[in-house]
Amino acid sequence: MSTPYAKLPAWADYGLIPLINLSVAFIVAGFVVMLVGENPFRAAVILVEGAFGKGTGIAFTLFYATTFIFTGLSVAVAAHCSLFNIGTEGQAYIGGLGIALVCLSLDSVLPWWVIFPIAIVAAAVFGAAWGFIPAYLQAKRGSHIVITTIMFNFIAASVMVYLLVGPLKPAGSQAPQTRNFLAGAELPKLNWIIELFGAKIRSAPLNICFLLALVMAFLVWLLIWRTRLGYEMRTYGHSPKAARYAGISETRIIITAMMISGALAGMMALNPVMGDQHNVAIDFVSGAGYVGIAVALMGRLHPVGIVLAAILFGMLYQGGAELAFEMPAISRDMIVIIQGLVILFAGALEHMFRPYIQALFASVSPKSVGMQAVNGKGA
Amino acid sequence: MAQAAIELIGINKSFGAVRANRDINLEVARGTIHGIVGENGAGKSTLMSILYGFYQADSGEIRVGGKPVSINTSNDAIALGIGMVHQHFMLVDNFTVLENVILGAENDALLKSSIAKARSELDRLEREYGLEVDPDAVIEELPVGLQQRVEILKALYRGAEILILDEPTGVLTPAEADHLFRILKQLKDQGKTIVLITHKLREIMAITDTVSVMRQGTMVATRVTKETTVGELAELMVGRRVLLRVEKGQSEAGAIRLSVKNLTVKDSRGVTMVDNVSFDVRGGEIVGIAGVAGNGQSELLEAISGIRHAVSGEVMLEGKPIDLTGKADPGELRDRGLAHVPEDRHHVGLVLAFEENENSILGYHDDERYLKGPFLDIDAIMADAKDKIEKYDIRPGNPRLKTANFSGGNQQKIVLAREMEQDPGVLIVGQPTRGVDVGAIEFIHKRLIAMRDQGKAVLVVSVELDEIRSLSDRILVMFAGRVVGERGPDATEGELGLLMAGVEHQEAAE
Repeated sequence: MSTPYAKLPAWADYGLIPLINLSVAFIVAGFVVMLVGENPFRAAVILVEGAFGKGTGIAFTLFYATTFIFTGLSVAVAAHCSLFNIGTEGQAYIGGLGIALVCLSLDSVLPWWVIFPIAIVAAAVFGAAWGFIPAYLQAKRGSHIVITTIMFNFIAASVMVYLLVGPLKPAGSQAPQTRNFLAGAELPKLNWIIELFGAKIRSAPLNICFLLALVMAFLVWLLIWRTRLGYEMRTYGHSPKAARYAGISETRIIITAMMISGALAGMMALNPVMGDQHNVAIDFVSGAGYVGIAVALMGRLHPVGIVLAAILFGMLYQGGAELAFEMPAISRDMIVIIQGLVILFAGALEHMFRPYIQALFASVSPKSVGMQAVNGKGA
Repeated sequence: MAQAAIELIGINKSFGAVRANRDINLEVARGTIHGIVGENGAGKSTLMSILYGFYQADSGEIRVGGKPVSINTSNDAIALGIGMVHQHFMLVDNFTVLENVILGAENDALLKSSIAKARSELDRLEREYGLEVDPDAVIEELPVGLQQRVEILKALYRGAEILILDEPTGVLTPAEADHLFRILKQLKDQGKTIVLITHKLREIMAITDTVSVMRQGTMVATRVTKETTVGELAELMVGRRVLLRVEKGQSEAGAIRLSVKNLTVKDSRGVTMVDNVSFDVRGGEIVGIAGVAGNGQSELLEAISGIRHAVSGEVMLEGKPIDLTGKADPGELRDRGLAHVPEDRHHVGLVLAFEENENSILGYHDDERYLKGPFLDIDAIMADAKDKIEKYDIRPGNPRLKTANFSGGNQQKIVLAREMEQDPGVLIVGQPTRGVDVGAIEFIHKRLIAMRDQGKAVLVVSVELDEIRSLSDRILVMFAGRVVGERGPDATEGELGLLMAGVEHQEAAE
């Protein structure tokens, strides 16, 4: 009786309910599209076709998804330890600094397959270091992680502005960015995979970071559910008192979880920096850290869910860009509204339809929700 | 039979798949005290919540005074003359008694007239029912017994003819409970109807006229109290015969395994919670600590188990001191043979969101048996969990089930299995059977006594006097942070009750 509602079958819990939430988000978004005088069905077709219709679209969708997988995993790892890491944005930004230092110093002497592992380590270390300070303040001083990580996003932005208009900017350049990397720091594209399926790609930034993201998703799953450290993080996340009772050090677990989270955030920078732009420019993260929060929530903090949610947001980014291009009445801001609706319904109002669906399941098929068949009288 | 004050006919209520109430029929006669007993989760509270308008029944009919009524909110219930005294008081701590009583019953925007009216009305109620309490006292300064009286006054002030009390004696000393019973009898004599929900059978026998027994959402029997026995009621509640008092042999106390000397503990506000407490626990004996909740027992346990910082004093475990600075590693204490079953299993002893097998290693997750390098050895953990499920008869016997879905008794068995199976030298147990059903109590008591008979030192803290008396070889009574007395297992309830209320202590101090 401590659980007011019975469990749903897993497929309904992880499949049906997110699908319903998503549909409602799109229906409401459809009304918004109608308000600005466009046809919502045509808009939906453009959005989906823009994201998945052509090889280039698919490649772009997966490129964006790669970024969101990293930031989503980062938020999820911290969340399993009940730490709300809003600082993924700043940690990714500083991770970019680590990559810049590696690439700028080594790209003329080493091939990409040597630079890449070094850059991964540098990105992770720089991101982890940026996560360490708020974690230390939380663990030792009780400064709330939400406040400090937000503040560290601003500090990261200031630091990067200083570096990108000063020390890291090539002399004589007017753009606030590093010099372009040489071929040694350019990651191979993955477009050929999509071309295997017969689709044509003009030019798209999808690169091997996508594979790295999938590997990291698996490693995060392993960490959370199969290691002692993950067990301790989840214990602390559910109940700090139980963790204290079990002899788990609060300081150690908070700092470790935040550094892993920061490392994942830092690795996000590999995708745009080494995979696409081949330089570090001002504001290259551009909100991906915050999208990571939505992705992690929508993916239920599970790596599989996060990969799927990241692809959905990748679709919204890529399809949304196409939509803004095709339908002038729909501006860039409208796309943000649609993304906001998805976050609202799939994240914040996640449980809105749950009681109705459970009631439906209970009445249609009592056994599916683990209820004993009652002779004679139905519920 | 007198006319029924309340009739419930065919009440059904489900929460999702859980059928909390099925086809409940209940008739409470006017001017009587009617007891409702049942284990935790039997559906008592759900039924009363339906009557008080917190939940709506899925089907069935409620009649008050013979007329069918629909109760959708607690305001409807109050209008029908139904009042409820909750287990956890619904009082504003920093309001006065008077302010609490008029809360929600104010007449107009300015309180002056309401307060004047309430003052005279309270005065009348207090005189009529012997419910003395200072109307201008601030709630947080009153002892719990008086706070409860304020709850009763609140209901009466709103014109309650039918009073529902949910586990009213859980927080009271025996003397306070007796006083409450006198008040209830007086209310009954004045024609009020009282419904008493409890799991304490002795109270039912002492005060009720009729008693209904619930089990697993159904009403299994209604008896006239005079014509039934505690044994019969217990059997009806559990569905089988139960031993209410576990048989145990003479203890053979050995060497001192746990020794507490001059221990003083303060809480976060600097209030002294444990005050210069000293005692020993020897191998082969159970030492019970009795006392009303909140007299320092919790803090004592936490300090001994290394979770809470102690101001001064010394605790020796198997002859070696333990770190009392609050930085002790509970894991290290476990290695030294100290097992701890905490009072609050929901937040401390278990992680309710975890699967059963994950909880069966909590605190022992550093143990090599459960690990393969940095990885959890899932196979070993599952085998171990299955083994404990078997030995401790944990139901349902599924180690993959979420812990929150086990009943209170089975959750407690998960904790006990984990701590006892590590073969500790010293076992400290807080509230071994709180929220645990009668059947499981018997099992848990037997296990504790078996530990004792193996030569372990067992320290039990409980607010249930019956439990302390039935388990302990020696009884220590705590009041206001001090140990105010030590008695043998044959101490009478009255004697312990006086100690628990601090009577002797205060006299000695004067």
